[in-house]
Amino acid sequence: MNKSSKKAQKNENRFPGFFIVQAWLVLLLASFFGAALAGIQLTLAPKIEANKLNETLEKVPELILGADAARALAESGQAMTIDRQYVTAGSKTYSVFKAGMDNQIAGWVIKAAGQGYADKVELLVGTDTTISTITGLFILDQKETPGLGNKIMEPAWRGQFSGKPIAKPLTAVKTGADADDEINAITGATISSKAVCNIINQSLKNLKQPLADALKNPTSADNQQEKN
Amino acid sequence: MADQPTAFERFTQGLLPENPVYRQLLGLCPTLAVTNSVQGAMTMAGAVLFVLLCANVIISLIRDLLKPHLRIVVFTLTIATFVTIVDRFLAAYMYQMSKNLGPYIPLIIVNCIIICRCEVCASKQSVFTAAADAVGQSLGFALALASIASVREILGTGMFFGIRVLPEMWPDWVIMVLPPGAFLTFGLLLGAVNWVAARKKAGD
Repeated sequence: MNKSSKKAQKNENRFPGFFIVQAWLVLLLASFFGAALAGIQLTLAPKIEANKLNETLEKVPELILGADAARALAESGQAMTIDRQYVTAGSKTYSVFKAGMDNQIAGWVIKAAGQGYADKVELLVGTDTTISTITGLFILDQKETPGLGNKIMEPAWRGQFSGKPIAKPLTAVKTGADADDEINAITGATISSKAVCNIINQSLKNLKQPLADALKNPTSADNQQEKN
Repeated sequence: MADQPTAFERFTQGLLPENPVYRQLLGLCPTLAVTNSVQGAMTMAGAVLFVLLCANVIISLIRDLLKPHLRIVVFTLTIATFVTIVDRFLAAYMYQMSKNLGPYIPLIIVNCIIICRCEVCASKQSVFTAAADAVGQSLGFALALASIASVREILGTGMFFGIRVLPEMWPDWVIMVLPPGAFLTFGLLLGAVNWVAARKKAGD
């Protein structure tokens, strides 16, 4: 008996559905665990979203004014008014937070997300009123490589973005960023660094016009604020 | 199966004689990564206790149904489920801690202590023994994390559990809370544990 006919005979023994019968426990457990996890997700997701929103609202003053000025503001007992809006641009819907101080708009904070090296990166970008300069960056959620890519969370790195003009898209360069549109990539984490730049570029490109329009044609709520 | 250890033996072995970190050298990724503060280390140990206990109990319950060539898939599936539950739970109720621990909570899935206990104990012994084994091993893990984290947090920040224990004039050894501090502390403590064990053996 040659090798191929032996193999054929062996395959005949495997009746249809052989693998399904073998794996019935795995399949059963997978469906059961899947259902359990869906239940957990449904129960806890609103709470997790609320935690993220709280963190975002806490970060807004820092992202627009800078850490020192935000601390001074908090110490003087003042607070920014934060107005959450949803803006649809470029096939995506963004959460945009309009921050106001003394009845005047102080800046915008945009929540954006995109693919990083390992998983989705969620971040907040602060811009000035006219959407011409970045005023701050904060990473809300990331799962980048510990020790390399997760350095995008460090203030030293994300501080580079403050004061960058928005006119030109940002690029991550390996060393010696000196131009206005250059950011020093993290050593060993070029992809994570580029991903952050791309997320920022994309969201600002999409939102620049809608937000500028929103300023030009203030909604009735804004008119009331101005009258006050 | 007469020569299998009893529940009590399983429990005590996990604490020191077969301590997962100091004796088996398993689960070193979280051991090195999250021990820069005692709070973080204890949260990690709690998460591992929950995952290991649940995984061991489930695997022990279905141990007669396991097919040898599919058992690793079942282990991984079970472990991944409970790790996801812990991860979501921390994000909902301990948000800041969940951010501090970052990817290390999802990484419990690949913590070999858990798959090792499923393979060595839970897939062969009764539910009660498996549970005792899980608690013993987790406490051993917690003990190891606590010892490393205490040294690192006290020397690195002058604090213990977020409370100042060393005088203000203590120059914080920042390197202790950075990754090199983890290797130094772990290496020295591991050496000390081995030295004590060797002396004990010589004394017998």
